[in-house]
Amino acid sequence: MNKSAIFGALTVAGLAAGAAGAATLDDVKARGTLNCGVTTGLIGFAAPDANGEWKGFDVAVCRAVAAAVLGDATAVEFVPTTGKTRFTALASGEIDMLARNTTWTFSRDVDLKFDFIGVNYYDGQGFMVPKALGVSSAKDLDGATVCIQTGTTTELNLADFFRVNNISYEPVPIETNAEAQQQYLAGACDVYTTDASGLAATRAAFENPGDHVLLPEIVSKEPLGPLVRHGDNEWGDVVRWTLNALISAEELGVSSANVNEMASSTTNPEIARLLGTEGTLGEMLGLDADWAKRAIESQGNYGEIFATNIGEDTPIGLARGLNAQWTDGGLLYSPPFR
Amino acid sequence: MTTLTDPPKESFRLSMLLNDTRYRSLTLQAIAALLLALAIAYLGNNLIQNLRAAGLNISYDFLGNPSNYDINQTLIDYSSRSSHLRAAVVGILNTLLVAFLACLTATIFGVIAGVLRLSPNWLVRKLMAVYVEIFRNIPVLIWIIIIFTLMTASMPAPSAFRGDDPASTMLLGAFAFTNRGVYIPAPVWGAGSLVVLGVFVLSVIGAFIYRRYATKLLYDTGRLLPMLWPSLAILLLPSILVYFILGSPIGLEYPELRGFNFGGGIKIGAPLIALWFALSIYTGAFIAENVRAGILSVSKGQTEAAAALGLRPGRIMNLVVLPQALRVIIPPLISQYLNITKNSSLAIAVGYADVTATLGGITLNQTGRAIECVLLLMLFYLTISLLISAFMNVYNNATKLKER
Repeated sequence: MNKSAIFGALTVAGLAAGAAGAATLDDVKARGTLNCGVTTGLIGFAAPDANGEWKGFDVAVCRAVAAAVLGDATAVEFVPTTGKTRFTALASGEIDMLARNTTWTFSRDVDLKFDFIGVNYYDGQGFMVPKALGVSSAKDLDGATVCIQTGTTTELNLADFFRVNNISYEPVPIETNAEAQQQYLAGACDVYTTDASGLAATRAAFENPGDHVLLPEIVSKEPLGPLVRHGDNEWGDVVRWTLNALISAEELGVSSANVNEMASSTTNPEIARLLGTEGTLGEMLGLDADWAKRAIESQGNYGEIFATNIGEDTPIGLARGLNAQWTDGGLLYSPPFR
Repeated sequence: MTTLTDPPKESFRLSMLLNDTRYRSLTLQAIAALLLALAIAYLGNNLIQNLRAAGLNISYDFLGNPSNYDINQTLIDYSSRSSHLRAAVVGILNTLLVAFLACLTATIFGVIAGVLRLSPNWLVRKLMAVYVEIFRNIPVLIWIIIIFTLMTASMPAPSAFRGDDPASTMLLGAFAFTNRGVYIPAPVWGAGSLVVLGVFVLSVIGAFIYRRYATKLLYDTGRLLPMLWPSLAILLLPSILVYFILGSPIGLEYPELRGFNFGGGIKIGAPLIALWFALSIYTGAFIAENVRAGILSVSKGQTEAAAALGLRPGRIMNLVVLPQALRVIIPPLISQYLNITKNSSLAIAVGYADVTATLGGITLNQTGRAIECVLLLMLFYLTISLLISAFMNVYNNATKLKER
């Protein structure tokens, strides 16, 4: 794993800026596939299924962009990245976009020169402990051994949380979610901490999910969203508005089931603009008129993607919470298609 | 009649740079050096331009900023408010610690296995051959992960020690083997402990002097004084006496269950053990082959001659064969020590906080300063490798065959 960081650095040295000014949209079209960075495997968000096909909430964003740009939701090359390798992979041009429950932070946006194009999941860092430990609050964790994915914002939040509360802990740095799960189940750490959604997804994969509890404390804001390289604004717009199209579609009642019918019969001008039957939004993006329609048709709107991958009817069982539409009291709010 | 002409004047023409063998090699080397410099300049320029186009720059200012992360094993004071530079130093010390320990044990394993591989005992010989072949031919990363997984999976968690009827108990009430590491008693330094330490240091010096005297006596007069028990006596007796006279100033703090983990005592973390052990047995297998080669390089006549003098096999090995074999063993041994140091960068696989994990891992990720961090890492590994090489070469020169 450490090799990949070094290799990544060398690639940055060799390639980075060759790619920085280039038009990613043209590259993707010419290549015919979208290179999309995802996690190395987190059920519900991005993981290969039994047939080796990538499935999940973050994967759906990649596929929606591929559908919008290339007209084929399967034309995606998924590149698994760890917490450590993800940014070098993006900066070096190895991937065109990163959809990998990555927290939008100031320094990543400004100092690392990336553009976060929106938020697809509002999350916060939580703690999971075995029920047998009898812990009911994260503040009781004095002296605990904590498994933590290295290179993440959770690593920094964890240090801050224990420091502010004046309690001590011992970090066990690990590289991937799978390793963390193995270590946690073997009892090599008392606590596993990561984003609450990740904890829920991890727990769902356990043999006895009921033996583990998520502590009530949410110790940070973790707005997770896809990101692209800074400086290629056309490409950034394509990814940003594809995500917005999925969110708007839910708000406007457009789903994968009715998108074709809506496109031909709608009287709502905003839906018409979104689906390309009115105006030239697609052309402005450098795509054709049906771009958003294809994305919605192939993946469903935001609500459908949420429900099929991580919603309450799935083993992961996350409630919409903050991720409900603004009209339902959540934070999801897409700028208008106008 | 012959006439004498002046000897041809030494003249230099430009074409001689290529045609004259005296200059040709120099010319070619100069051209090669020039091309190399150009290539490096091109790559460097490319890097700087690309960075500028991406809006990035090379800056080491981040080293002074707070690191904001914690490290699980630190030999010096460190907290999440310490700087990235300090985190790097913590990592460097951890790297040096595991490299030093592994070099030590790998040498011991290697020498024993190498000698036993030439044993006349068929079973021992074959067992050692199996050890060498298995460990040499499987990558060290796999060994690190295997040992770490075995540790975490087979040893009990600290919670198993809890309760009235615990599933596991501590060895002798002082040692706890858990899947997070081994807890051992820690010394507590009371008043007067310095005196005891001082006496111990003096006894170590005393033991050396005794051994040197015994050797000199042996060479001068041929009289062989006993070595083992007097050395041990000089080493231990005075310290023990002083220790009890001063009323046991050095105590032991036993590890005990405290909260989630064991508290007190010294914890040797599972990552350190896994990394240390894996590097030792892996490199030990290579060193065993070096030792075998060294021993085979000593002519059999030496062994026979020593045996004819009436020396026992152990003495033949220690006094006749190994000293001569060292000349063959040491040069490749230097490489193995370098390998251990460099392979310790695989530490992140088990979460050991070496310099690759702190500076080249977390710091690199949190600051995004990949090029700066990797350059620093390269500088560190280069320095440490050259130092090891230099020290070992001094030793090599000391054991080299002295031709008079």
